[in-house]
Amino acid sequence: MTQELALKIRKHAVNMTSTGGSSHIGSILSIADVLAVLYGSVMNYRADEPKWQGRDRFILSKGHAGAGVYAALAESGFMSVDKLKTHYQDGSDLSGHVSHKGVPGVEFSTGSLGHGLPVSMGMALAAKINKDKHTIYVLMSDGECDEGSNWEAALFAPHHKLGNLVVIIDRNKLQSIHSTEDTLGLEPFVDKWQAFGWNVLDVDGHNHEQLINACNSKEAGKPLCIVANTIKGKGVSFMEDNVLWHYRSPQNEEYDAAMKELKDA
Amino acid sequence: MRDAFLDKLTQLAKKDKDVVLLTADLGFGVFEAFESRFPGQYFNVGVAEQNMTGLAAGLALEGKKVITYSIGNFPTLRCLEQIRNDACYHDLNITIVASGGGFSYGQLGMSHHTTEDIAIMRALPNTTVVVPSNPWEAGEATEALIKNEGVGYLRLDKTNGNQDNAGNNYKLGKSLKITSEGDSDVSFFVCGGIIKEVIEAVELLKESKISASIISMHTIKPIDEKSIRDAVKNTKLLVSVEEGNIVGGLGSAISEYCMDNRQIPSDFLRIGLDDKYSSIVGDQAYLRKQYKMDSQYIAKRVKERILAEL
Repeated sequence: MTQELALKIRKHAVNMTSTGGSSHIGSILSIADVLAVLYGSVMNYRADEPKWQGRDRFILSKGHAGAGVYAALAESGFMSVDKLKTHYQDGSDLSGHVSHKGVPGVEFSTGSLGHGLPVSMGMALAAKINKDKHTIYVLMSDGECDEGSNWEAALFAPHHKLGNLVVIIDRNKLQSIHSTEDTLGLEPFVDKWQAFGWNVLDVDGHNHEQLINACNSKEAGKPLCIVANTIKGKGVSFMEDNVLWHYRSPQNEEYDAAMKELKDA
Repeated sequence: MRDAFLDKLTQLAKKDKDVVLLTADLGFGVFEAFESRFPGQYFNVGVAEQNMTGLAAGLALEGKKVITYSIGNFPTLRCLEQIRNDACYHDLNITIVASGGGFSYGQLGMSHHTTEDIAIMRALPNTTVVVPSNPWEAGEATEALIKNEGVGYLRLDKTNGNQDNAGNNYKLGKSLKITSEGDSDVSFFVCGGIIKEVIEAVELLKESKISASIISMHTIKPIDEKSIRDAVKNTKLLVSVEEGNIVGGLGSAISEYCMDNRQIPSDFLRIGLDDKYSSIVGDQAYLRKQYKMDSQYIAKRVKERILAEL
């Protein structure tokens, strides 16, 4: 079921970025499996009651991949699949970077990097104070870890023993111009999070079983960081691991070729 | 003013478990009692203002009424985008408190001179911007902002006007008339502890037979439009006085209202920091004098303007 959802998210994403002439298809394809696992298996939510107090919360910190979240929400019943056609169009509330206004199911608007983790941590702290049982998930990019605000937050969560917080990092090793290691080296990445006091799991970010098991491996009193090793552009061969598709929009023959690959998958 | 803020905050925290105070490692000797009395309602987040503000947004999304506290420019300019995107865009109940407005920390140097905060906070949609002029106003503003949905900014000052507020009712966006001389020549609109200089200036002006009213414009946004209209109608000269850059501050807010609404005063004067940074240090009184916003200078400028009209 989650495999099917992942494929639907990928197809929607190619359609939306093609119709809108918008960027970031590579970034969206990179996280399609994580989104499918969260919305298709891991998270508790009620699509017909988006503000249900007992729901698990999800924040997309890499807001530029918002089309993926819109697709996941539509396929999960939060809004009509038809609404996805308005993405990036004049007057639409489905903005290129994810926004909560007018979009049920989006907990928080992002777009500037380095905002999601501190905010999700505030939600986790509130849940801890209130003795609520839900979990807060936040999905970040690896390039986003250049932002200092994340490391302020990385210090805070273990100090306050936020075991209800799960950070998933889309470790596709590419950012907007070059690789993460050529831009501002992040390695040894897992060691860094461990040194900050997090429970860290290093998994294949396209393997649903590994992702589900990782999400279910929370430890009491310790925040969890899942480093999801991914391929930017995953699922469309000519986009995979190619930085060009951070910005390029699939048009004409490229669109046809991408959709054919996804249909044949 | 800080004591008044803390007293009121303590009262509110006692009544409401959802009131949460975050500090970015400032408040030594100030917050200890609050911390021990209200566990789960106080967090020292460390020297990390961006994280503090994001954290505040997350807490507020879950229904907490959050106060972020630091000094000078740290709780505003250091984390401005978190205020804009996380707090304001999401319409959250967060009150940002800066201790040390204007030149309160004059000797500490330019980094600690809080002189553009009013303009910057005013420019963000969904904010209420408050600069009290005495401890009573600071306490009342604390309660009003915490009870007010949306993002508030409260600038606290080391000095104050010591003016009597007996019989006054505090309301956000409603200015307070401090002195009234009936049909005055001059209306002073003032925010912050610098009102002390204006009270002294008014005494000096009396010696020259110039009468003046003082209005504490504690809320810069939303601005009290009626008090501006009344002053335009009844006085010859409107003067704004603020301890900060005149670009975008209280004087700008008043002049914007006047120009937009055909409320053109006979004469208008903005007193404040003339679009510059201070590279010299000194106590608050010294720097006010140095940058031409002390009582002597205020009285001199006003006298010149009034005499020029005769």
